[in-house]
Amino acid sequence: MKAQSVYIHIPFCQQICHYCDFTKFFYDEQSADEYIEALKHEVNTAIDGEKNSVETIFIGGGTPTALTFQQLKSLMQLIDTKFDIAGTVEFSIEANPGDFDGEKAKLLNSYGVNRVSLGVQVFDNAMLEQLGRIHEVKDVYHTVELLKKNHFYNISLDLIYALPNQTLDHFRQTLNEAVAFDLPHYSAYALQIEPKTIFYQRYKKGTLHRPPEEEEVSMYELLKDTMRKNGLNHYEISNFAKHGFESRHNLTYWNNQHYYGFGAGAHGYLSGVRMGNIRPLPQYVQQAKETGKPVLHTEEISKREMIEEEMFLGLRKMEGINKEQFKAKYGFPYDDLYGDVINALTQKGWIEDSGKQLRLTDEGMLFGNEVFAQFLLEEHDLNLVR
Amino acid sequence: MIRNQANVRNFSIIAHIDHGKSTLADRILEKTQALSQREMKEQFLDGMELERERGITIKLNAVRLSYTDKHNDDYLFHLIDTPGHVDFTYEVSRSLAACEGAILIVDAAQGIEAQTLANVYLALDNDLELIPVINKIDLPNADTDRVARELEDVIGIDRDDVILASAKDDIGVDETLERIVSDIPSPAGSSENPLQALIFDSLYDPYRGAIAYICVREGSVKLGDKIRLMANGKEFEINEIGVFAPNPEKRDELTVGDVGYLTASIKNVGDTRVGDTITHAKNPAENPLPGYKQLNPMVFCGLFPVNSGQYNDLREALERLELNDSSLQYEAESSQALGFGFRCGFLGLLHMEIIQERLEREFNISLITTAPSVIYEVEKTDDETIEVENPSAMPDAQLIKDVREPFVKATIMVPNDYVGSVMEIAQKKRGEFITMEYLDEVRVNITYYIPLSEIVFDFFNQLKSRTKGYASFDYDISGYRSSNLVKMDILLNGETIDALSFIVHRDFAYERGKHIVDKLKDLIPRQQFEVPVQAAIGNKVIARSTIKAMKKNVLSKCYGGDISRKRKLLEKQKEGKKRMKMVGSVEVPQEAFMAILEMDDD
Repeated sequence: MKAQSVYIHIPFCQQICHYCDFTKFFYDEQSADEYIEALKHEVNTAIDGEKNSVETIFIGGGTPTALTFQQLKSLMQLIDTKFDIAGTVEFSIEANPGDFDGEKAKLLNSYGVNRVSLGVQVFDNAMLEQLGRIHEVKDVYHTVELLKKNHFYNISLDLIYALPNQTLDHFRQTLNEAVAFDLPHYSAYALQIEPKTIFYQRYKKGTLHRPPEEEEVSMYELLKDTMRKNGLNHYEISNFAKHGFESRHNLTYWNNQHYYGFGAGAHGYLSGVRMGNIRPLPQYVQQAKETGKPVLHTEEISKREMIEEEMFLGLRKMEGINKEQFKAKYGFPYDDLYGDVINALTQKGWIEDSGKQLRLTDEGMLFGNEVFAQFLLEEHDLNLVR
Repeated sequence: MIRNQANVRNFSIIAHIDHGKSTLADRILEKTQALSQREMKEQFLDGMELERERGITIKLNAVRLSYTDKHNDDYLFHLIDTPGHVDFTYEVSRSLAACEGAILIVDAAQGIEAQTLANVYLALDNDLELIPVINKIDLPNADTDRVARELEDVIGIDRDDVILASAKDDIGVDETLERIVSDIPSPAGSSENPLQALIFDSLYDPYRGAIAYICVREGSVKLGDKIRLMANGKEFEINEIGVFAPNPEKRDELTVGDVGYLTASIKNVGDTRVGDTITHAKNPAENPLPGYKQLNPMVFCGLFPVNSGQYNDLREALERLELNDSSLQYEAESSQALGFGFRCGFLGLLHMEIIQERLEREFNISLITTAPSVIYEVEKTDDETIEVENPSAMPDAQLIKDVREPFVKATIMVPNDYVGSVMEIAQKKRGEFITMEYLDEVRVNITYYIPLSEIVFDFFNQLKSRTKGYASFDYDISGYRSSNLVKMDILLNGETIDALSFIVHRDFAYERGKHIVDKLKDLIPRQQFEVPVQAAIGNKVIARSTIKAMKKNVLSKCYGGDISRKRKLLEKQKEGKKRMKMVGSVEVPQEAFMAILEMDDD
């Protein structure tokens, strides 16, 4: 089965952010050269023969723009030889404010990249420093200007909130500054303290103070409110867009569709098998060069798991899950399996079933995990799925 | 080998925990060629998984060994192992009753500990010959002179009799074996007398029924004999008889001085009670061997399945455990908060923990355990006296004339630097000072009367932590006394949770109530609504805390395409919920029910 989407991971950064638990390494030119070579092996092994046509391509990181012009060019050439970029609807790259220049922008543009996801995080220099970011607020302005000058209009401005010592007023200021750019897409994720990060160490030592839960909820409400007032449609728990600018690539995940995952620590989902690549750089490079398949683990998704994932991913979208589409895909309506769960959650006011769509309520968005966990099946409700 | 009663030696090894009993036993087993090297597991005698983990012996074992001494004479040894914990004092005394001698091991660095003394007294009660061994003399902090002096001053053992050993390095082991031959008398008794066989342990085998571990004190017993258990008069026909060498080996006959086992299609281990005497149905002995008593549980708690669907599994598991453990008692109990479960009685705290762990581990039952309680004697205003072992069954205050609770005489040994800490704990635990004596220049033996309920309430942990682990501790039940006790109820969201009720001394009620509501606030996760936690005596609330409402629980992050990770997080969350119990409208985790027990000094 061919996938409609491609994810490529570039695990290099100029600086490691204090909250980040993605696969990333300090940039050095030689490692990056080797990495691009390894990527070629991996991609060429997966896609042999003709160019694949896909709907979306997403280059994420790490910091893809940490690569040099030449390295970016090699990467683009690789993509161009294996995928039909002209037929691609959305071709995104992640970038950090400040590490972009006109040369790189032109290069990307010439290869058909049409969307940039910009890691702005917060409009406050002190907080940026606290996060371990190297850019400053003024870099955001320069970069957006640069992008527009190079004909990138589909820009997503990505924020993090509920930061240590951040208050509701701080966040309001960030939001106001963010929406003033009038961009077509915004994302805002509440900070999560993940193991193996600097923040985690501080948190365990008790030196990192997160805003109280109540404050975080207020920030989320403010976020939704501000976005709505600025004509941005809330389409996923943490994502907002003008109509037609929803991230097609991310919707691939939430719609439980297939995708390629290339690069160290990248995840793919092909022919009903979820797979995760090797994370450490040397092992990834070696394995990619030797076998072309630098995969650490694969897991065949049973029908039961597929349905569970359909539910807990689909419910992240504000439009929710379409009853007819579910039935067409699995052969029975979701009520057959989840009737009791849906009733109980409806009673709690966390989800609503319009008859056509099943979706989270405003309240339910705050308790998404409680809702999602209910859609994991128990042994005894499995007869239908077998 | 021709068996000669004069060449039989029956002995035990007694020691404080970790003083090296199992290591010495292993060396003895090696040297008597009971086990080939291949069969040797480290510490053979500690068979059960739990025992090996905790480094203590729970179930007794007996091994038959052959030994050739320096004069080239052959001897038959029976090594009878004893459990090493205060909960099992009675079992220890019965296995000692099967012996003529005991090896007393004392750690060369630690010296005499509370259990050492308790065991020595038991051995002396049974008229045993003691072979004193100072073990671990190779340790850098060994102080052999001091320990030898202690043995002399405290127990009256002559220094010249002491063997200096390091069982680990095979020092002093040969000497110990020779001394078993020279010092310990052979069993008295005659094979011509009517049969008296002491049961010093029993266990249940699903195919053979109860297996009685016996020592023949008088007469002899053969396969096919009809026997009588003297405590209850029940009669059975022997269908298997044998010895442990160390694995079970069938024999036709056991005679005076022999240690071994028998089975007789006995369906209930309660019929083969430790300490009972087996005799022949025809030609019975006139009297049983002395020292039999029926053990009564001292500590009680409620055991409830987290998942109420596991009630029957829990019942079956308790039935299985009871087959093997006649001191375990249980009866069905129903709690408003926790549903159906069992009120269980145990010999002591360790016994309780072991049973709980076995239920969870061997039977895979997720349990909620309520805080342990003791038996209170309650004299009511109508002059009726009742026994209350479940705090929720305590009558209303206005119906009570007097409440009495069991006290223990606690023996605590500690270096003199920690005397202050020990006394502080004992005071806080409502202890009444009896005596204090110096064992030597640095070690002190302190005795107190302390309510048993305070002992089960985190006493041992506190003692260990406040004395940096140096204190050793032993206790004996000393009787009932009147106390000013009240029942404290805990309310969650305004509802009394019967399973959280406990009995407390009035003077400590406020402090403990405050501590518990604060602790529950931390242990019970936020719910979707605010939950007040209250501690109350009668209708009067004396402490309160509040669990704030959960405001959100959502992963806003998308983890790239790593859906498996997301799934795992959700599964973990769901799994966590399964270990919680819905009490009224509040989800309460297992640990909360034990919160009452722990009183850390924070």
